[in-house]
Amino acid sequence: MSRFVLQGATLPDDSIKDVLIDDGVIREIASGLTAEEIIDCTGLRLLPGFVDMHTHLREPGFEASETVLTGTQSAALGGFTAVHAMANTNPVADNAAVVEMIRNLGERVGYVEVFPIGAVTKGLEGKQLADLNLMNQSTAKVNVFSDDGKCVSDALLMRRALEYTKSFGGVIAQHAQEPALTQDSQMNEGELSAVLGLKGWPAMAEEAIIARDVLLAEHTGGRLHICHLSTAGSVEVIRWAKARGISVTAEVTPHHLLLTDQLVRDYNPVYKVNPPLRTDSDVAALREALIDGTIDIIATDHAPHPSEQKDCEWAAAAFGMVGLETAASVAQLVLIDSKRSTWQRLAEVLSHNPAEIAGDQGHGLAVEVGNPANLTLIDPNALRTISAVSASKSINNPYAGLELPGSVVHTIYRGKFTVRDYSLVIGHRA
Amino acid sequence: MRHMLSTMQLNRDEAINLLDLSDQMALVNERELKKLPTLRGKTVVNLFYEDSTRTKTSFEIAAKRLSADLINFSAKGSSVSKGESLKDTALTLAAGGVDAFVIRHHASGAAHSLANGGWIDTPVVNAGDGTHEHPTQALLDAMTLRQRLHGLSNTKGKDLDGVSVLIVGDILHSRVARSNVHLLKTLGANVVLVAPPTLMPNPKLFEVETSYDLDAALSADLDAVMMLRIQSERMSGAFFASEVEYAKNWGLTKDRFTRLSEKTLVMHPGPMNRGLEICSEAADSPQSTITAQVANGISVRMAVLYSLISGERSIDV
Repeated sequence: MSRFVLQGATLPDDSIKDVLIDDGVIREIASGLTAEEIIDCTGLRLLPGFVDMHTHLREPGFEASETVLTGTQSAALGGFTAVHAMANTNPVADNAAVVEMIRNLGERVGYVEVFPIGAVTKGLEGKQLADLNLMNQSTAKVNVFSDDGKCVSDALLMRRALEYTKSFGGVIAQHAQEPALTQDSQMNEGELSAVLGLKGWPAMAEEAIIARDVLLAEHTGGRLHICHLSTAGSVEVIRWAKARGISVTAEVTPHHLLLTDQLVRDYNPVYKVNPPLRTDSDVAALREALIDGTIDIIATDHAPHPSEQKDCEWAAAAFGMVGLETAASVAQLVLIDSKRSTWQRLAEVLSHNPAEIAGDQGHGLAVEVGNPANLTLIDPNALRTISAVSASKSINNPYAGLELPGSVVHTIYRGKFTVRDYSLVIGHRA
Repeated sequence: MRHMLSTMQLNRDEAINLLDLSDQMALVNERELKKLPTLRGKTVVNLFYEDSTRTKTSFEIAAKRLSADLINFSAKGSSVSKGESLKDTALTLAAGGVDAFVIRHHASGAAHSLANGGWIDTPVVNAGDGTHEHPTQALLDAMTLRQRLHGLSNTKGKDLDGVSVLIVGDILHSRVARSNVHLLKTLGANVVLVAPPTLMPNPKLFEVETSYDLDAALSADLDAVMMLRIQSERMSGAFFASEVEYAKNWGLTKDRFTRLSEKTLVMHPGPMNRGLEICSEAADSPQSTITAQVANGISVRMAVLYSLISGERSIDV
């Protein structure tokens, strides 16, 4: 089936229309459209397919946690039609061969389009630039580079990376964490870390790197993107940098928009994440910044881990949590159900902006005639209790047991259903 | 009481009850035949992931005086060195039939994970977890304070209302300090913490008064001064510059000790660094409670093991 009508869907601008999809493209948007196959979308929000700029697909090297297949299935169920696969695989995605392999794997088995992110430095070691140009010139056409999981802490190397990528308009996505200030750090530094005896992770260890890097971006004219902002102070630095006209964009994760360090009280490693969960006032500042535009995008930092790396004492546990299938719900909670913002803004932060920052062709485009049919349909009135078990291979899910609003009903990727009636379309590529 | 993980879990009545029980256990320890049959047939595992002579021995004596069988499991020379997880070690040992685990671990929260991780269904005693807590140490300190301030035969049902205690040293990394702050506050004592700014948690811990100035803090009317062990490896973390500088500013030197009132007790959880955080004159003085603390440690651990395993809150001795 490649020709069908989405009947009575609510568009981002709140108008209710029929949408005709044919051969992977939005052909017509009007009332009273018809085709052989008509899908009743009454009450559903039609949005551009979501784009995640920060996903750990774990393949190659860590297939016990996730694979390109399971990770993109989870993404499709979350309403995504594109994800950016982080470079901290084994081997590291620091050369053309590895990024092409991941790209090809995505094309072969992916339920969404997979854009590999290249490492900034060889082996993520922070010593020598990776083959940034060659990765860009490869068939994977890498445009986003990150040592995520590690900070490019060497100021000179960061300067060079920002300069070097100017030749093709690449962007450096920085994991802002001053390593000397966070050695063996376990959780947000504050009253609770003192009580629990867990080594503190001060907010300024993130803010200091962001402050340094926006100045480097200003000086070099390179493009800087800051991964997973977690503190109110980081928001202030980004706000200041944008007011100065510095070319910087910023992301926030769903978990930093919803969860706080108080959850760490019982030493449950499902809440162990990098950067750490912060305080109520940080959450409030991040939400405000997402609404007012200081923060450009929501990105999941979906970080699956096998259960043995979470079913252990806190210090031994891995950092990270899954999040692809709950991101839209958290976005709805923060932007829509709070009555603070609009579906248009939700489409910006989950689709338009990440696609634009990363330069993803065919994604993040408005629901308009002629655009590729990368779409998702959400039932905003649904309330669902989150289960730890999902399409992801891993169950390190901090939302398990929570009731969240909104549910992805259908996801359409290149004009075909990857998710239909809440379920994966198995073998959709065949 | 299911587990003994933190002194935060104890309210005033529970704490006093445990201390009363500890005093009863102390009577056993004064007898010719230092043994009770109460835990005969029960098995206690000492699960020690960190080097510890005194705490491990203390729990061992406590378990044996209650006639329990005790198994010492130390991480060195066991399958832990081959990378077995805490979960698997606990499951393996528990499969042999264990009535209580006593755990010492380098990770904060490890005792909590062992108790609440869903792995085993056995009482857990925290014998020190990372830089978090060491609840039986705080109980033995409180027991010692009650004995010395109220008189040996006059402790039953007593709290520490209005008692002033100064805790000095590496508060940031001290599980002894954390457990003591909670318990002493619960019992009504006034606690003041003294440390160099680098070794004081930020923000300050538990709404307790803090100071960087030991001399000023010592000039108050104090019932007890508790000196914490300072670890010289903290110097490499730039927490202080040198042992000499530390001792001069934050050590209980002979000069400071002689200025103390004769009724102010001097406490130390051991092992001591004589000449660094405490001078020998103070450690060996009649005001020192250091050996009494060690003896009371056995009584407190008997009381904790007894109440966790038997579920009883008192005993006829």
